[in-house]
Amino acid sequence: MRTHLTAAVSALALCSSLTSAHAEGVLNIFNWGEYTSPELIAKFEATYDVKVTLTDYDSNDTALAKARQGGSGFDIVVPSSTSLHIWIDEGLLLESRPDQMENFKHVDPRWVDVPFDPGRHYSVPWQWGTTGVSVNTAVYSGDPNTSAIFLDPPPELVGKINVIPEMLDVMDLTIKYFGGESCTTDEEVLKKVHAKLVEAKPKWVAMDYPSIEKYTAGDYAGGTNWSGGAFRIRVEAPEFVYGYPKEGYPIWMDNVAVLAAAPNVENAKLFQNFIMDPENAALISIYARYANGIMGSEAFMPEDMTSAPEVAVPEEFLAAGEFSVACPPEVNDLYTRIWTDVLK
Amino acid sequence: MARQFSVRHQRGFTTIALICFFLLYLPIATLVVYAFNAGSTVGTWEGFSLRWFEAAWENTRIIDATLRSLTIAPIAALIATAAATMAALATTRTAPYPGLTFKYAFINQPLMVPEIVTAVALLVVFSQVKVWTGYSGLGYLIMAHAAFCIPFAYLPIRARLETMDLTLERAAADLYARPWRVFRRVTLPLMWPGILAGFMLAFVVSLDDVVITEFVKSAGQDTLPTYMLGQLRRAVTPEMNAISTVFLALSVAVVSLFFFLSRKKT
Amino acid sequence: MSKAQDIIKAAERRDLRSRWLLSAPSLLIIFVAAIGPLAVVVLYSFMVKGDYGDVKYWQFSGEGWFSVLFERGLFDDSISLADAHLSILWRSVKISIITTIVTLIIGFPTAYFIATRPPNRRDLWLFLITIPFWTNLLIRTFAIQEVFRNEGVLNTALIRTGLLEKPLQIMFTDGAILLGIAYVYLPLMVLPLYASLEKFDFRLAEAASDLYAKPGRVLRRIILPMVKPGLIAGSILVFIPSLGAYVTPRVLGGGKHLMLGNLIELQFGQGRNWPLGSALSISLTAIVMLSLLVYVRASSKSGARSHG
Repeated sequence: MRTHLTAAVSALALCSSLTSAHAEGVLNIFNWGEYTSPELIAKFEATYDVKVTLTDYDSNDTALAKARQGGSGFDIVVPSSTSLHIWIDEGLLLESRPDQMENFKHVDPRWVDVPFDPGRHYSVPWQWGTTGVSVNTAVYSGDPNTSAIFLDPPPELVGKINVIPEMLDVMDLTIKYFGGESCTTDEEVLKKVHAKLVEAKPKWVAMDYPSIEKYTAGDYAGGTNWSGGAFRIRVEAPEFVYGYPKEGYPIWMDNVAVLAAAPNVENAKLFQNFIMDPENAALISIYARYANGIMGSEAFMPEDMTSAPEVAVPEEFLAAGEFSVACPPEVNDLYTRIWTDVLK
Repeated sequence: MARQFSVRHQRGFTTIALICFFLLYLPIATLVVYAFNAGSTVGTWEGFSLRWFEAAWENTRIIDATLRSLTIAPIAALIATAAATMAALATTRTAPYPGLTFKYAFINQPLMVPEIVTAVALLVVFSQVKVWTGYSGLGYLIMAHAAFCIPFAYLPIRARLETMDLTLERAAADLYARPWRVFRRVTLPLMWPGILAGFMLAFVVSLDDVVITEFVKSAGQDTLPTYMLGQLRRAVTPEMNAISTVFLALSVAVVSLFFFLSRKKT
Repeated sequence: MSKAQDIIKAAERRDLRSRWLLSAPSLLIIFVAAIGPLAVVVLYSFMVKGDYGDVKYWQFSGEGWFSVLFERGLFDDSISLADAHLSILWRSVKISIITTIVTLIIGFPTAYFIATRPPNRRDLWLFLITIPFWTNLLIRTFAIQEVFRNEGVLNTALIRTGLLEKPLQIMFTDGAILLGIAYVYLPLMVLPLYASLEKFDFRLAEAASDLYAKPGRVLRRIILPMVKPGLIAGSILVFIPSLGAYVTPRVLGGGKHLMLGNLIELQFGQGRNWPLGSALSISLTAIVMLSLLVYVRASSKSGARSHG
């Protein structure tokens, strides 16, 4: 298989060097918006003489709904760790066996036996990050490493907090704040969670996706945030820090997989192999500011990226992080009802 | 016009209208100003620069998405306006006839349903068609847009027709003008403002659509709004302001040309 | 005599046939790309919800419809009225009504102003109304945000002129949602109003005012009845989309309070409860459709009278 692949690759590479810019094939990537490095795409197109189209989605559920119905011609999709196993269970993905690909040796062993795709038979790491809190230290100088930042905000932050409207993230952080387990159905914990969210909501100014300028312009002084977003805020405004809630916080990873209905399977597999190359993986991270899970890619990244506390989780906070997974349907249902009640 | 009448110049109305135009253009003005911002965020001014225009020009995805939006919107609006004009003629200026209420409800239906629901329904049905036929081109988007544009074109045209009675057309017919001639020479010019209003509404509504497009689009069919939706999670760059500014400049140019030509004719 | 009746009947039949033919394209397009597919949604509302979105095909259940109006207690099995859904419905209706009134108050004078310009200038003013809307909805919403923000154009101007001491919090309030939607949907009010005002013979109003009718009376007795169709069309075009508005509440309102559009979206997205989403949207459609039918019945009767 591997020799076959390399032969194909070199044959293609040869073709591309002989012929002009005429594209040999196409590859249709379906990914989160503003997440894919244009340089990476250009390099892939040049290497394999493949014309890549990029199409955006803005939620796991939209992507899942579209893939289930089929017919749209996508080859590659990038589901999050919270939904990847649904894709696999429903037979939407092709078992492309990235674990047998040439560049698989570069994948950090930490990300090989992941709960959502043990042994990596379907997917390749794209980027991973954490969900924590951003705090403006000029406004509040206390300890940022706690979910109390948005659940029991200090008076300085009241009315200046933004919470990302991702139901599972917010529920998970709040459940852990009360010492519960992810996806818990423990009534006592959930009662506290519900009461706390109802009580905390009036102290928030918004529940929106975290736009950098609203933080830097002072509309927000704190709130839940994704690590990459927090990084980009700090680059603009150094007074912001990213906190890892010590009560527990979710780790997530987005993964590149090939759709079972993909029209261009070979190109899709080439792409999976391509992004496991450290130099290419570095391009992904430089663009979106998240870590990528490929060993050796740090060598191709700028210094400020590899040492950033948002990317490299500091030792003392490692233990509090936990992979977020999809909750069972009946739990999701219960959470939706709590969520609706909080937002009514 | 020999004499100016006070009724035409309700001073209060004119004031409100001018305030209205001011308010309409205030956000647009800030949008244009920030397109020339040297800084990388919308909202903090850091000096004049054309970098976002260059960035947008080099961003093939934005250019592609813009061109795609500009392909879909005029075609869908044209189809919708033509269909809506015919439908409006068929449903006004008549005694109630069986099916009139039904038609009215049917035509306005796309307005009644939240977009997300139509989007999900179209996803399910169109995907099946895509699988069967193997065709996954822009036709689906144009069709979907035309459908939800029809009520937007229909309502202004109908409103216009309801204020027109049949006297002039009957007079023309009495003078032995053929029906088609009556339509072209009498009816159409009279209803033209309604048609124009309807077309512009349909065009704008199609240009704006996010949710239905998001669910119907196939690979490589991002329009400007769905491209922006994808950006919402991360950060919206002034590239979008630059594109919108170019859009505005183009439309102002087209309008001026249009206005200039029509002035010459009269 | 009977022959004359036959001719009239034949003419009526011809008229009816051509009226159906004329409406055929609209009916067909809407059937194929809007109503037809909605049958799917009706079907979905009666099925069992899928574990991760979608539905379990051909397994039927009334749970979706049940949950529209009732809810089981979050932590016990008690059943009560779905208080959350009702308060979301009420907020949406309230905001939509106020939005319609605001656009009317601003839109009517504007349409009147345009309609009273010299004929060759009217199209220009009309274009001026629509040009801002050639920029994308999201961009426009962001632009409004720049005006409303604490450091935005409006607050800065008010503070500079000394009218305000400290910035007024407009962003992330219901007021911001309302003004935002009103801004976004303004042309939907102005254009139909203009379409019916443009035809209005202002000499009638002039005659009345020459006869010493007060301006308010001229407006009420002469102008309003004439523009009623445009007024109703505009109100429908603003009110109904406001009910399902999704982007504006999210960006300007800060998303802390759900509106109907967001609630339904939640069920099809993160909530993964498609049957409930379907049932909710059918309920909304039914309410809107019924009120519209009542209106059409009433107005076509009066219309028939006036056209003799």
